Amino acid sequence: MKLHSILRVVSKLLIPYILLFALYVQFHGDYGPGGGFQAGVIFAAGIILYAMVFGLRAARSVAPPKAVETLIALGVLIFLGTGLVTMLMGGNFLDYSALDHHNPSHGQHLGILIVELGVGITVAAVMVLIFFAFAGRERAR
Amino acid sequence: MTQIVDIMLLTLLACTAMVVLRMRSLWAAVMLTGIYSFLGAGWMLILDAPDVAFTEAAVGAGIATVLMLSTLALTGTEMKPPQAVSWIPLLVVTITGGALVYGTLDMPPYGDPGNPVHLHLAPEYIGDSVRNLEGQPTKVGIQNIVTSVLASYRGYDTLGETVVIFTAGVGVLILMRKPESREAGDDTQ
Repeated sequence: MKLHSILRVVSKLLIPYILLFALYVQFHGDYGPGGGFQAGVIFAAGIILYAMVFGLRAARSVAPPKAVETLIALGVLIFLGTGLVTMLMGGNFLDYSALDHHNPSHGQHLGILIVELGVGITVAAVMVLIFFAFAGRERAR
Repeated sequence: MTQIVDIMLLTLLACTAMVVLRMRSLWAAVMLTGIYSFLGAGWMLILDAPDVAFTEAAVGAGIATVLMLSTLALTGTEMKPPQAVSWIPLLVVTITGGALVYGTLDMPPYGDPGNPVHLHLAPEYIGDSVRNLEGQPTKVGIQNIVTSVLASYRGYDTLGETVVIFTAGVGVLILMRKPESREAGDDTQ
């Protein structure tokens, strides 16, 4: 990959903005289009672009497979944990209004933010991991 | 004006689909399915569904294309020419397509505020999302109603979807992961 200098320079310029845009979509999902799922996919796309231009070994050191595997489960745990916390605070499962008894809509905001973060983490980690799994295999024949 | 855009987009969608069908080079076909997804995203945007368009553009045109290409890198990029025309699949597809088109004749007119879908739950969603006269958000108070429906009203569904993605990831991991001993040494692309 020493030859594609244009690709490498352009990707180096673009990748930070792709990741930043993913975070914007993640945390701005309450107000604009987007949410955890889209943000996770965009974040994964940034890492996949890095892997395609700079090689799988470099990408594996940026996103170590062990850490990515942990993140897959972490996202689901955040989602489920939010549901359990709302139950502990006296509401139903995933009833975010229970998170803030004085102002239920604040509780809703908080709950949706956390839950979307869980979705984003799981989606991004799964996409990166699937790409690693496909790209890491040698040609069958 | 919008009708011109509608017709152009739908024509492009149909053209792309036809070209994908006739393509023998799988590499080009995968690229064209990416273009098809992107046109689909544009179509969703015209239907005022930016959240769906976003997902279609990111997943359909982005990730799916990359995954298909990495699959092609493992298998092969040329498709074998078909041996004979298969009539039964053609018949099934024609009948199903005809039934679907026939079904659209019964659908309520597009964008009519009196449609059943706008009268059942939608007023409650909108009422919960806008602020009341004192400026206090009512129940959920999130401007993007799609997000509040997805994450709050339909929290169980979204939890289920997240678990589905989790399961898919674990499945791929179990099927495709290389043995640990070979992981360290080589990583040819």
